[in-house]
Amino acid sequence: MWSFERFTGWIDTSLHSCMGDGWALLTEYVLIGVAVLVAYALIALFLIYAERKICGFFQCRLGPNRVGKWGIFQSVADMVKILLKELVHIDRSDKVLFRMASFFVIIGSVCTFGALPFARGLQAIDFNVGVFYLLAVSSLGVVGILLAGWSSNSKYSMIGAMRSGAQLISYEISAGLSLMVIVVFSGTMQLSQIVAQQADGWFIFKGHLPACIAFLTYLIAGHAETNRGPFDMPEAESELTAGYHTEYSGIQFGFFYLAEYLNMFIVAAIATTMFLGGWQPLHVPGWDGFNHAMDCIPSFLWFFGKTCVCMFLAMWVRWSFPRLRIDQLLSLEWKILMPVCLLNLILMSVVVIL
Amino acid sequence: MKVSNYIKNICVGVWHLGQGMYVTMLNFCRPKVTRQYPENRGEREYGARFRALLTMPHDAENRHRCIACGLCMNSCPNGTIRVIGRTETDPATGKPKKVLDRHLYNLGSCIFCGLCVAACPTGAIRFTNEFEHAVFTRERLLLQLNRPGSSQAPAPAPKPASPAREGAQAPGTATVTKTE
Repeated sequence: MWSFERFTGWIDTSLHSCMGDGWALLTEYVLIGVAVLVAYALIALFLIYAERKICGFFQCRLGPNRVGKWGIFQSVADMVKILLKELVHIDRSDKVLFRMASFFVIIGSVCTFGALPFARGLQAIDFNVGVFYLLAVSSLGVVGILLAGWSSNSKYSMIGAMRSGAQLISYEISAGLSLMVIVVFSGTMQLSQIVAQQADGWFIFKGHLPACIAFLTYLIAGHAETNRGPFDMPEAESELTAGYHTEYSGIQFGFFYLAEYLNMFIVAAIATTMFLGGWQPLHVPGWDGFNHAMDCIPSFLWFFGKTCVCMFLAMWVRWSFPRLRIDQLLSLEWKILMPVCLLNLILMSVVVIL
Repeated sequence: MKVSNYIKNICVGVWHLGQGMYVTMLNFCRPKVTRQYPENRGEREYGARFRALLTMPHDAENRHRCIACGLCMNSCPNGTIRVIGRTETDPATGKPKKVLDRHLYNLGSCIFCGLCVAACPTGAIRFTNEFEHAVFTRERLLLQLNRPGSSQAPAPAPKPASPAREGAQAPGTATVTKTE
């Protein structure tokens, strides 16, 4: 199977051959940073287009269909528009925090994005506490959301941010516990090893019942963490106009928007990595011909395909269900999801011991 | 007992969510209701009663059926129509006769109520389905319905309308004779 290590290794050796070690390292850092940011922007554009198209289809409409064939350049046009828009200054807001908040949100999601294993040999950082890192960095976003709500000096933003804080912190627990099930099963927190262990069968198949339950609970909790419907209480446009980003405009609003879509991608990508085998192709033990055929599909296609399936699930859910009330939201987490996750963790431990 | 209720609640909830997602998936796969307008130009059919643009049909010899009675002008609620006639001597009988000079119609103020068509005793005007009315200047909304050089059809054919409508136009005719 073709590995991206060959490509990255070739860049590494050619850089080392023409400059000193320090400069080569610096150039590589810059290259990785640029690559991550470009991928971030491109995936966001794709996701916004896909979301609008799929939303339209669920509502028996066609969705965007004017900019380019089937409207494929719609999100590019949207991006140009949002870049040209005026940044409205809010009187008596906390200027520094107001500006910082959108960066907090986007840095949280870029950092998570950078650590994902996209394909064989295509992973920027491979921590030995990868899962821990993902959870820690993705919860940085809530700081940005609270800052945005506080600094905009608006009641809507404040209520939205408070709801968001309550929601994100609650659902983080379930998301963490669901991932913990896989950590218990695989015995490692390193993402590359978790993916490597799924070469002969994805964890959702190998991990018996607990892995399936953990997959479902992670999808629900992760979906709630992205602040998307039916868990979009913090934005609830009918009551809070737009929640924590009411006062934002132009590209600052664009950052929130981008982060929301990328968080959806990240949740789907983590679900893929932990439960659906990451970039590993589908292997059935004993079917050698089938396994060889599956190996021919490039690894990044496997990764993005599985991620797209998870994202489609998220969109499907979003356009199916009505918004939850805040008490329903919290009771779903604290009375149902968390106990189920804890029991599931015990069940998985029993499975591993046996 | 409470624990069994709790588990039952979760299962019923998941089942109902699944039902909801099944319904939305059916909608996802269903043919879309969106019609793309400029592309489907001419394919779309409208009801015969759709009132889009007032026209005066002319036959092959550039003749219309308007007798310049002015009933449409009088029945119009907001002065959209102006009928300008002139008096000519009828060569056949030698009597003076009113003929249509210009039938002016202001599309910008028309409310498409259809009263003018209902009032017309000869069926000279009717509404068509041409709905593409957008123009760049307001002056281009001032239309003249009779074509240049057109003349009146010699013997106005009886109006092809329902008996009820024929009855409705009788009092209108009476008012015209009174005003004249």
